[in-house]
Amino acid sequence: MNAKMLNRVLSVVTPALLLLAWEVASRTQIIDFRFFSAPSAIFKEFVVMLESGELLKHTLISLQRIFIGFTIGTVSGVVIGLAVGLIPAVSAALKPIIDATFPIPKVGLLPLVIIIFGLGEASKYAIIAIGVVYLVIINTVSGVRHIERIYLDVGRNYHASRLMMFTDVALPGALPMIIAGMKISMGVSLILIVSAESLAAKSGIGYLIWTTWQVFEVEKMYVGLFMAAVLGACLTALLDWLERVMIPWKRV
Amino acid sequence: MVEPKLRLRDLNRRFMLRDRAVDALAGISLDVAPGEFLSIVGPSGCGKTTMLRIVAGLETATSGTVEIMREPGSTRPLNAMVFQQESVFPWKNVRDNAAFGLKARGFGKRERYEMVQPILDKVGLRGFEDALPHQLSGGMKQRVAIARAFANDPEIMLMDEPFAALDEQTKLILQAELLRIWEESRKTVMYVTHSIDEAITLSDRVLVMSARPGRVKEIIDIKSAFPRPRDIAAVKSSPKYGEFFGRIWSLLRDEVMAASLVSA
Ligand SMILES: Nc1ncnc2c1ncn2[C@@H]1O[C@H](COP(=O)(O)OP(=O)(O)OP(=O)(O)O)[C@@H](O)[C@H]1O
Ligand SMILES: [Mg+2]
Repeated sequence: MNAKMLNRVLSVVTPALLLLAWEVASRTQIIDFRFFSAPSAIFKEFVVMLESGELLKHTLISLQRIFIGFTIGTVSGVVIGLAVGLIPAVSAALKPIIDATFPIPKVGLLPLVIIIFGLGEASKYAIIAIGVVYLVIINTVSGVRHIERIYLDVGRNYHASRLMMFTDVALPGALPMIIAGMKISMGVSLILIVSAESLAAKSGIGYLIWTTWQVFEVEKMYVGLFMAAVLGACLTALLDWLERVMIPWKRV
Repeated sequence: MVEPKLRLRDLNRRFMLRDRAVDALAGISLDVAPGEFLSIVGPSGCGKTTMLRIVAGLETATSGTVEIMREPGSTRPLNAMVFQQESVFPWKNVRDNAAFGLKARGFGKRERYEMVQPILDKVGLRGFEDALPHQLSGGMKQRVAIARAFANDPEIMLMDEPFAALDEQTKLILQAELLRIWEESRKTVMYVTHSIDEAITLSDRVLVMSARPGRVKEIIDIKSAFPRPRDIAAVKSSPKYGEFFGRIWSLLRDEVMAASLVSA
């Protein structure tokens, strides 16, 4: 057996063994089964929640919030980032504000966002958009600033309008960095949506995790955690696909 | 003499490197006639690219004037540059790269695609219109850059060592193609090259520049010895070719040595 195959086997066997150990430990009560339910029990609960439609409902609502907030954050981040990167006056006006507020942990803004946008859907979109917009701005600016000068020279030599400099040179030139920013933002979005739904929501995966914990339905909580992981993996895969489609020239 | 297409008068360019002044160009005066193919040779770092960039409006002269004469009523762009480095946009396919200047001038999609097609055909890119640059060879990418410049139909073409990065065979093929396209269009061309051979075979006149700061050392008339249209092979086998080569080389040799002394 060569090393590659061994690695492949290990990557399947190790998690399986861990699950098995967990199952055994939980059933024999080596670990506290009230907090660490057996995987088989969690799976049973998973099937029940799937059939009742409860799981799908929470997942879809979280997905919708992420999608809307992420889109708002990405689009405005790209527009602001291009402007900051290309227009010195805009950079002078906005860069200090962006740099000063960027380090604030976005979860800490949740109370404020709820005061401003209320307990409804808008506050969920807003907190995700805020988390996303910074990372996308910073990556877009850096993408624009690192565009090879030759491409800007070509644009100037052919007297491309400012709009065309945006759409035909700066945007595609910065796209690899923009998509890298979107990938990091996706992780941040998941953190933010789960936090926001735990704090102030009546639906969503974060709500599911937090309320089931509070009423001690531990299996349901694990199902929620599992769904959060699945959601994260799917969204990451989606962005990987987007990257391949949008920047074919970077493909190796 | 007819009115020149391009008139440079006492062009100077000084760069500041930290607190040290570097004179790239010192007092360049030059007339280029309409339809003339002028090559520029000179040691590395003597300011050839700087001169072209100033003519292109990408760089400003420290002092001196640049005038590009337009035919009355003409709306053609003043210049188009083919750069020393690879300059085609990796995110645009061949057709859109070639049509970039036309798009900037406001031509609609249908119109500009129609306008670039004959030029793409001429530079041998037919069938590759939808390819992205990373799917092309280095020679094909340079063809795209040349097509982009010709498609814009400028008053004057500025070419900065367009074939320098190519292998010898590809270079020979592209030289012949360039000559053919140029002979059809008779554009005014300023062509920077390191190759004396290229300068002789392509040009009407060859401008030899001095080591930095760049000055006009001598301008050598080739056209009267090799009229157009030209056959590259015939030019190269002519005894006059050897004379020109020897003369340009001896002018350059002094300057290249001066340049290497300066930088040593
Ligand atoms: N933006 C700049 N800032 C400072 N110095 C510069 C700048 N551009 C060019 N120079 C200097 O001006 C001189 C001329 O440069 P230029 O690129 O015009 O040379 P060149 O003749 O094209 O050389 P090569 O044949 O190697 O391409 C060089 O000494 C270079 O270091
Ligand atoms: Mg140069």
